Amino acid sequence: MGSPTPSSARHEDGAVDRRRFLTVLVAAPTLTLALSTETTAPAYAGSSVPQPADIMDAGDALILAATPTAHLMLVLEVAENGEVRVELPRAEVGQGITTAVAMLVAEELDVPLGKVRVRLADARPELLLSQLTGGSNSVRALYDPVRKAAAAARARLVAAAGELWDVPANRLVTRGGAVVAPDGRRAAYGSLTTRAAKLPLSRLTAKPKPESEHKLVGTPTSRVDARAMVTGQLRYALDIDVPGAKPTMVRRPPTINGTVRSVKNEAAVRAMPGVIALAVIPTGVAVMGETFGQVMDAVEALDVTWNAGTVDALSDAGIRKRLHAAVLPAVVPPLTGHIEAEFDFAFVSHAPLETNCAIADVRKDRAEIWAGLKSPILARQDIAAALGLPQRRVTVHVTQSGGSFGRKLFPDAAVEAARISKAVGRPVKLMWSRSDDMRHGRARPASHHKIRATYARGKVLTYEHRVAAVETDFRHGVGEMLTAVATRLPVAGNMSFAQAVFHLSVKVPYRFGVVTELLKEVPLKMHTASWRSVWSANTRGAEEIVVDELAEKMGKDPVAFRREFLKTARQRAVLDKVAEEGNWGRDMPAGFAQGVGFHDEYKSCTACLVEIDARNPKKPRVVKAVIAADVGRPINPRGLEAQLLGGLTDAISTTLRAGLHIDRGLPLEGSYSQFHYARQKDSPTKVQIFIMPANGEPGGAGELGVPAAVGAIANAYARATGTRPRSFPINFDVDFTPFPR
Amino acid sequence: MPRYTFSVNGRTVTVNAPADLPLLWVLRDRLGVTGPKYGCGIDVCKACTSHLDGKAINPCVVPVSEAQGREVTTIEGLADGDRLHPVQEAWLEQDVAQCGYCQPGQIMAAVALLNETRNPTDAQIDAIENVCRCGTYFRIREAIKRAAAKM
Repeated sequence: MGSPTPSSARHEDGAVDRRRFLTVLVAAPTLTLALSTETTAPAYAGSSVPQPADIMDAGDALILAATPTAHLMLVLEVAENGEVRVELPRAEVGQGITTAVAMLVAEELDVPLGKVRVRLADARPELLLSQLTGGSNSVRALYDPVRKAAAAARARLVAAAGELWDVPANRLVTRGGAVVAPDGRRAAYGSLTTRAAKLPLSRLTAKPKPESEHKLVGTPTSRVDARAMVTGQLRYALDIDVPGAKPTMVRRPPTINGTVRSVKNEAAVRAMPGVIALAVIPTGVAVMGETFGQVMDAVEALDVTWNAGTVDALSDAGIRKRLHAAVLPAVVPPLTGHIEAEFDFAFVSHAPLETNCAIADVRKDRAEIWAGLKSPILARQDIAAALGLPQRRVTVHVTQSGGSFGRKLFPDAAVEAARISKAVGRPVKLMWSRSDDMRHGRARPASHHKIRATYARGKVLTYEHRVAAVETDFRHGVGEMLTAVATRLPVAGNMSFAQAVFHLSVKVPYRFGVVTELLKEVPLKMHTASWRSVWSANTRGAEEIVVDELAEKMGKDPVAFRREFLKTARQRAVLDKVAEEGNWGRDMPAGFAQGVGFHDEYKSCTACLVEIDARNPKKPRVVKAVIAADVGRPINPRGLEAQLLGGLTDAISTTLRAGLHIDRGLPLEGSYSQFHYARQKDSPTKVQIFIMPANGEPGGAGELGVPAAVGAIANAYARATGTRPRSFPINFDVDFTPFPR
Repeated sequence: MPRYTFSVNGRTVTVNAPADLPLLWVLRDRLGVTGPKYGCGIDVCKACTSHLDGKAINPCVVPVSEAQGREVTTIEGLADGDRLHPVQEAWLEQDVAQCGYCQPGQIMAAVALLNETRNPTDAQIDAIENVCRCGTYFRIREAIKRAAAKM
């Protein structure tokens, strides 16, 4: 043999070994392939007066930026026992990417789905920009590379069988995890790996199957990790047994970004039962103990004097004032028929059910981290910097996450856990309390919107949308990459990265004449991050409300109006689907109403029709939803339906009741009893979701469902109550006693 | 430190622990039973829902002393060996889970409901307060109805 095994190669310095990986195919017992193929840059199809996102969206930009390393993206192994193992440089946060990738591999290799094992890759710095999970991008970015890697493996196994039997490869077929000869002889893949691994690379060419031959891809498939989940066997970060790692929590400041001045009762807390260690860190006072229960008591007992935070004087009213002052003016004089509307959206916590958490084992000369991370390379860099270690001495394992919704783009808990482990000299199992997660964790920034549209003789002439938002933190590294790509865009020029993302993701899907949409950010030192659909939930949600109001002013039915102004047949088809299946326009009792919304992003489009019961306007309930989506090429329709269902629930929550009140530098909400994310009683009892048949390349779908549903719900509420909702969430009283700070 | 003996998923365990230590941390930190999840620690999110003598409880607020001499069942103890409970089967058939973090609690809550009511109404299902931040509620509802039909 004499070749390095993949596992030993993996644990040394990444870049060099990965290159070796490409040229040295590892010998028996495992056939390992690191993909080396061309990745084609996306093609751009513009319309007559395109907005930047029409030409190139944020997902295209991610793919393009990642292209130089896309050929390194995937490691695929065929093991002696016939298992196909894929090491995936993505996070699984509930979106089902491991299932979609397993399906692509099973399809291409002709193995049963159950034989494919997808593992989340550790941070791999040599991938540079190819290891970010975000922008609804994973299927779009992985569709080609995964199929090509699997096709290469299949070609190699077929060639090995051909050599073994002395039969030309083109007379062999693959079926059920085996190569089959014309005379019926079968060789299971596992029996061919040694021979396959020895074949010289240059002899093989491999092309993925034509999509017309797909049998598994495109059919509704249940998640590959579902059984582990329903039996309690799936291991999230804090379920991993790292020897010696002890429960740890942090007492955090009374205002965002406050720091410790002094700990008054350190000795008393150290003496509490079960307490092992205590350390002051930049974000607060860390306490380690035998059980989380005892650590909670100790954290609670701490008496700390705090230095000021970064936004101590700020409350909602002040933030709103700044946003209103910042919003850029509309410029088209309203001389013809026109509509003007302003909207406000509150801060919203990502509030994944798994709070920020990580395990860190930091030694003098090395560190090992386990956490749910969407930007593991950044995490590794940040942790190395925080510890003063070279990056190659830091190993970052990506664990499956209990939700993200954008939160896990940042490695906040991983970096904090590493700092604590270094400070106390022991492995750390760090968990944020729910209250801290809501008050000191990241959130979707508040925004203010000003929309002006003019119309005459049945046409919309101009459409202007000005957005002012508290700055969204993009320092997870998408920024650099997007800026690098976006600054070369002829239509966009040299924009900041937030501007780049805004212009690459937000667009008006309607023929509304001269359209301008501008973002003005207000920098405040708060903890923010992209939240599922970033600006689109608010920006496009507000637009869908204005679309209904425009239709009314112009004397048209909301569905007919959208049909008339949508740009493409694909868009009209999803709208028609929900109108038909949802029985649009049917009579509703008083206090009930239908509402419709539409959204198009990342080469996908969707329409949502809801029925709301707003007999009590303070306690509305969406009782029915009908959704249709065209994602170009569905990989797993069942998974897509799940994503759309999640988007619907996000929209129900953030439109009707869920938000954060900022009060003197801290959110008031510290619990799900205060931050009103929807529960079963707020959820519709009837939901129908339709995935349109394949008609092109895969589009993005992870965030697609939110904006259309926001519009549909707000429009239904407006119709049911005879009001014009302008501030979201609609019912946003402080209906609780906030926890002490 | 007091000593408590009780059963966890059919296995008798004895632990030395402060009387007021929440059962969740005895399960997770002392016994390595990690199916029940932390989500809030104050009986709001219900992610840790498990059973005490067959009734749903939230071990994040149940002191270990209350478990003395009783039977604790977590998600790990619901299946009969490899044979899944009908509610777990229904969860697979409806492909309910997304991130999966709340699902052990959702399933234990559903089992407790079905143990009391063979055919729960929508209103009874609405009364399940377990938070699912991925928003899988509709599939949970469908899975409960499917499980009810099986049982």
